[in-house]
Amino acid sequence: MVDTQAPRSRRFTQPGRDGVLALLVKIVFLGIVVGTAIAITPALVSDGSWFFLVCVWLIVAVLVATYATGRALPGKYLVPGTLLLALFVVLPIGITIKTSFTNYGDGTRNSKDDTIAQIVGSSVTRSDSSPQYELTVATEGDPVKGPFTYFLVPQDDPEKVFTGTADGLEATDPGAVTLANGRVSAADGYTVLNIKQISAAADTLDEIAVPTDDGNFIVRSGTSEAFEGAPTLKYDESADTITDTTNDTVYSIKQVGDRELFVDSAGKRLSDQSWTANVGFRNYQKIFTDSRISSDFLRIFVWTVIFATVSVVSTFLLGLFFAMTLNDPRVRGQKIYRALLILPYAIPGFISLLLWSSFYNQDFGLINDLTGLNVNWLGSATMAKIAVLLTNLWMGFPYMFLVATGALQAIPEDLTEAARLDGAGGFAGFRRITFPLLLVTVAPLLVATFAFNFNNFGAIYLLTGGGPFSPDNPTAGGTDILISYTYRLAFGAGGVQIGFAAAVSTVLFVITGVVAALQFRATRSLEDVN
Amino acid sequence: MRRLARTLGPVVMVMALATACGGGGGSDTPSSSGSKDASSSADAGGGDSNADLVIWTDSLKLKGVKKVADDFAAANGITVDVQAISEDLQGAFVTADAAGNGPDVVVGAHDWIGNLVQNGAIDPLNLSPDELSGYNPKAVQATTYDSKLYGVPYGVESLALYRNTDIVPDEPKTLDDAISEGEKAVSAGKAESALNLPVGDLGDAYHMEPILTSMGGYIFKYDPATGYDAKDVGIGGAGSVAAADKISELAKQKVLRTSISSDNSIALFTSGKAAFLVSGPWALADVKDAGFKYAIQPLPGFAGKDAAAPFMGAQAFMVAAHGANKDIAQEFVNNGVNSQDAMQTLYDETQLPPAMTAVADGLTDPDAKVFTDAAADAAPMPALPAMASVWEPLGKAYAAIVAGKDPASTIKAAGDTIRKAIADAG
Repeated sequence: MVDTQAPRSRRFTQPGRDGVLALLVKIVFLGIVVGTAIAITPALVSDGSWFFLVCVWLIVAVLVATYATGRALPGKYLVPGTLLLALFVVLPIGITIKTSFTNYGDGTRNSKDDTIAQIVGSSVTRSDSSPQYELTVATEGDPVKGPFTYFLVPQDDPEKVFTGTADGLEATDPGAVTLANGRVSAADGYTVLNIKQISAAADTLDEIAVPTDDGNFIVRSGTSEAFEGAPTLKYDESADTITDTTNDTVYSIKQVGDRELFVDSAGKRLSDQSWTANVGFRNYQKIFTDSRISSDFLRIFVWTVIFATVSVVSTFLLGLFFAMTLNDPRVRGQKIYRALLILPYAIPGFISLLLWSSFYNQDFGLINDLTGLNVNWLGSATMAKIAVLLTNLWMGFPYMFLVATGALQAIPEDLTEAARLDGAGGFAGFRRITFPLLLVTVAPLLVATFAFNFNNFGAIYLLTGGGPFSPDNPTAGGTDILISYTYRLAFGAGGVQIGFAAAVSTVLFVITGVVAALQFRATRSLEDVN
Repeated sequence: MRRLARTLGPVVMVMALATACGGGGGSDTPSSSGSKDASSSADAGGGDSNADLVIWTDSLKLKGVKKVADDFAAANGITVDVQAISEDLQGAFVTADAAGNGPDVVVGAHDWIGNLVQNGAIDPLNLSPDELSGYNPKAVQATTYDSKLYGVPYGVESLALYRNTDIVPDEPKTLDDAISEGEKAVSAGKAESALNLPVGDLGDAYHMEPILTSMGGYIFKYDPATGYDAKDVGIGGAGSVAAADKISELAKQKVLRTSISSDNSIALFTSGKAAFLVSGPWALADVKDAGFKYAIQPLPGFAGKDAAAPFMGAQAFMVAAHGANKDIAQEFVNNGVNSQDAMQTLYDETQLPPAMTAVADGLTDPDAKVFTDAAADAAPMPALPAMASVWEPLGKAYAAIVAGKDPASTIKAAGDTIRKAIADAG
């Protein structure tokens, strides 16, 4: 029986051939992938997101090529991981680096064309003498394409009716239209547009400016009202300047800091609006040359290293202690203890941190209440640092406990047994046999934890907000680590500077990478104990 | 999973920084902080809605805004989608609008306007002078930036003094009276705190403003005709030093404490542990539910000093610059919101002191009247983008003074920091 079955089953596992179920899964999966891509393509095309469009179809091509054909067997196992890596690691890093060369942030969110259009468009001024009109938009043709006519009834003179087209404003016989509540509700030969149709035709309507005799235009205000007015600013494309037509002031572009602004000859700016521009390495230059940033950098870097190191060591030691204790078969009720120890791990970190933050309150906090102390936990730099480390210990030891428990159980018992027979007592056996073996397994995790804590933004931001702050320096707090400090530089005082933040992130990314690489190299020597 | 999270940690951080987790310039500003505490539920809406009109607001105002929007939708035969953004509405709106997937209308505080305008995120409105005359002039002034109107104001909020009348039966005439009555209550064991004015470890410049102004200080020089002058920073000047000395004195008396912050100040008052509370209309519902007798009065100044002038914040409807349905948005703001019926509905649903005079005149609730009066005496919070350079340094300086640092040198250092930050921002 067994012999006759063997060739069949082997044939099924031959490369490039699938069972019926696997084939079905494959077809459904690829169908979903291709279907999704087709479904989102129109949206991407209409948005002009060509980059993402190419990405999406590239992914589809790779997936189809890998799974629909019999070739590239190793690819089947590598492709998902590689794609995820590209999507969630490489792409964000790429975008971050790209952003770090721009001045993107508050005041520079839009393109130059858009900004100029907005500045000019916002300058539309209602002429003082002009009446407010009740507006009705109607068409003799198509409600989407027009041609459109404005029917206008002055609010202070509802007996009159005007029609407005690209040719100008004309008085019309009120008898030719139907008036309701001071508005034109119907007109012969015209279709009146409703609010949705006006909104849909807005772009076309914006093109036809109805001129008036005073050189102004009829400007829509919503869909039911209009007034007479004109923009007071005019953009001169060839000179790249904006002119204020009311007093002939010319505003030309001037570089102010890392942005370009329209300013007049006296230096007075027309608007705070600027636009996204490439600034080259200026953001990086600022990190290393701005005294406000570099002066605190070293102190905070040192504390960051201490914070990450102490966090890793303390959580590991406490976790290991509990793991060793509970690993002893003489301990009763292990399951209950384990469940209790993992509890801090089960509470979402955000909630724990906010809770702990309130526990440390000097007058109303749980910790001082319970202990009878009157420690100003978050008000002094030293105590705040201790508070941060204590909380991080509480947050982190269950993870280490789990890791250590797993690693301990993977150490063969005959090794410890042999050590005992050789005369090594409890602690010596642990120190010479168990601990080194444990470290081999755990060391890479410790490095990863270090790297994580190096950038553990939440632990600082939610617990102390980086504070306490010395009065002469509101940017660098006593418990700030690099990431919380740079977050404040980028998003705190002075508004949002995303380009700059991206540059800082890139630098931090490099630092973290280098530190982690060095540590991995160091941990490799541990493997010699094998 | 955890390991993955740890290895990805730095990357996620990079992404978070690169994208939009930033608290915009005004995220620390109080008008948002007042509502931040209460807004915890609600979805973090996205811009992808097929409705003819999409409105973003915070969860506190959701009900009122939704009702007005639904009325407008029914009258015009369109669909509306009102979404509550619980976390950093201003920042989310600025980012979404620039990306072209924001709402058509946003409901927010007037002090965002400077930042929203410099980001090209909102359009000016064209209400006629006639229509504007129906509103509290200070609210109109607050929503006017660069002599253009950017929002239709519907609510005004400012700080007032809440009193637990079980603890202190008589109304104090000055802030000094309030403090000494409060201290008496503390020493008699009737309260744990004389006056709850949030300080916190990181400071709170908004709640400290009445003390600053009563002692003759100011943040930016204010001219009723031209508004605030970002070039004239008063922090570090004589008035601010007097205020710093006063704050230091109050801290030594344990009246001002860093352990009282915006997180616990209202709760401590409603649990009966404080004689007085300095807070805005957003605390009213909690105080009403607390089950003891209370009274509210406009914040008095110190004896023999200037009147206390807290900041006034106006809540307003603004039209997004890159919304998909700008005409409908304009129509909604011009005619849907700008009516007495809509304003009455908004007041009924949100209990925010109304900005429309006709609605304010019809108020019967005495508490709401106090807040309306308080707002009329308050000074509009500056909407300048430069305020982003003020909140943090000033708040932290106050916190440091309360924690025992030298008042005069601390407030002067804060003034220098603010002036430098404004100069750096260009």
